[in-house]
Amino acid sequence: MKTLSISSRILKEIFRDKKTLAMIFIVPIIVMALMSYVFKSYNNTDINIGTVNVSQQVETNLTKVKNVNIKEYKSEKDAENALHDDHIDSFIVYKNNDYKMVHANIDASKTSMTKAALSSALTQSSIKNMSSALAKVSPVKQSQPKIHLSNEYKYGSSKTNFFDKMMPTLMAFFVFFFVFLTSGMALLKERTSGTLDRLLATPVKRSEIIFGYSLSYGLMAVFQTVLIVLFTIKVLNIEVVGSIWLILLTTFLLSLVAIAAGLLLSTFVKSEFQLMQFIPLVVIPQIFFSGLIPLDSLDTWAKALSFIFPIKYASEAISNVMMRGFTFTGIGIDLVVIILFIVVLTSVNIIGLKRYRKV
Amino acid sequence: MTEKIISINNLKKKYGQQVVLNDVSFEVDYGQIVGLIGPSGAGKSTIIKLTLGMEKADSGNSEVFDTHMPNRKILNKMGYMAQSDSLYSSLSARENLIFFAKMREVNKANLDAEIDRVAQVVDLSDQLDKKVDNFSGGMKRRLSLAIALLGNPQLLILDEPTVGIDPALRKNIWVELGKLRDNGCSILVTTHVMDEAELTDRVALLIDGNIIADDTPSNLKQQYDVDSIENVFMKAEGDM
Repeated sequence: MKTLSISSRILKEIFRDKKTLAMIFIVPIIVMALMSYVFKSYNNTDINIGTVNVSQQVETNLTKVKNVNIKEYKSEKDAENALHDDHIDSFIVYKNNDYKMVHANIDASKTSMTKAALSSALTQSSIKNMSSALAKVSPVKQSQPKIHLSNEYKYGSSKTNFFDKMMPTLMAFFVFFFVFLTSGMALLKERTSGTLDRLLATPVKRSEIIFGYSLSYGLMAVFQTVLIVLFTIKVLNIEVVGSIWLILLTTFLLSLVAIAAGLLLSTFVKSEFQLMQFIPLVVIPQIFFSGLIPLDSLDTWAKALSFIFPIKYASEAISNVMMRGFTFTGIGIDLVVIILFIVVLTSVNIIGLKRYRKV
Repeated sequence: MTEKIISINNLKKKYGQQVVLNDVSFEVDYGQIVGLIGPSGAGKSTIIKLTLGMEKADSGNSEVFDTHMPNRKILNKMGYMAQSDSLYSSLSARENLIFFAKMREVNKANLDAEIDRVAQVVDLSDQLDKKVDNFSGGMKRRLSLAIALLGNPQLLILDEPTVGIDPALRKNIWVELGKLRDNGCSILVTTHVMDEAELTDRVALLIDGNIIADDTPSNLKQQYDVDSIENVFMKAEGDM
């Protein structure tokens, strides 16, 4: 089988190229670990709110809100200065029965946290006022029903943060990006060094070359995903509700798309630098259309555009398996679309090799 | 009657507006070494690419082993060595040979013997397990030739085979090519080295996409009334 000989030769080359190995296995782990760390601490950011002339009761309620620190200021001007010097993120002024909030608004999420904190603090105080008024009207001690709030998480826990949502997309992205780049580079090198011509001067079939590439880099992608999945589950403690095998299947299929895309692109470029120049066009847009940002709010044309990005389907499938426990039938349509990408791109590649040999 | 191994008839090839081959006809007969000489850009490599089926002619046809090219299966009877070394540099010489032997469909049982044989021819037997990365330019060239010799091809197509090889080894290689010919192998070789052209059975002079002379070296020298192929070349180019 020539396909096997070709792919075992490619694997041999990969394993002797330490830089490519590091790029496939170590870089994704480092980036993921860093991102997880950054997003975990981001989730626990404290907000500092300044208060001017705010009643004791409201202030107490505010401090009860998680992650809120209160600083009292004598005048609006003092608070303004503190805001300017970045000591506080927002401040609240009580004047003429009105609450006025001033936000630095450098971090929009802090602004909305402040708003939510104040409104919950005000609601609590008004409930307290009402109940004390009620108590005055009817002195009979009423047994107040105690309200108890409980949360149930279908996925993860109260510690689940944005990184968990990003995880499936990140996985799809890493598999796509690194396999795309390394396979594209490899075929380009084969072309520029002349070994492709020499290969095509033997009775090898064009399809055997393309399949050889798909097989070897597909295998690398499987190793890569196993590593990434194990790392996220064991080290980053991210929960996978569904089957890990389905995730591996999805990423393997996606890697075949990435290989085919890499091989296809490499035939259009003359040097490795030119291949790098394609990254902003081919890889970066896929991140934004991969479901990281909700697509529902997009215009129709932009939504339609998202359908041509293979990472979208893979990240959708992985996310459904990982967070909602979807089974094979649940992600079937996504997989079919990915397979369609593979079939089309691979055929284009096999035909495209005709540029270098006419049969 | 001699058997024609390569037969090229009225080939024309244009790249865009530029005419590379202008009605070229020539042939390589069984058991002949044919030298294709000409200045760079004359279309030597294009003839080779057409013979291998890497390019398609605009008109005319090329037949190899009585088979219309391009044809994939017939490539099995041909050994090809390009101008560039075309080797996998992170693999050892042996791994390169094994890989291409598999592509050339060399019998598995004979694989080791075959690799030893071709390594012997190019004098690389002691270096087989070194990585190609650590090879000198001449060694790479020899390995490249060894790959072309794999599987005892009936037709060898060599594009500048002796560039960067030292004189002693070059002589050896020509002795080997002579032996191969005597065993019935036909060889088409392009070269810049004019004294190599003296060693061929026939020389075709290609200038500006036209074959302007095609005969044995001694006939050519007689025809142009000079004492070396180099002077034939100079004179022929001067006449253009």
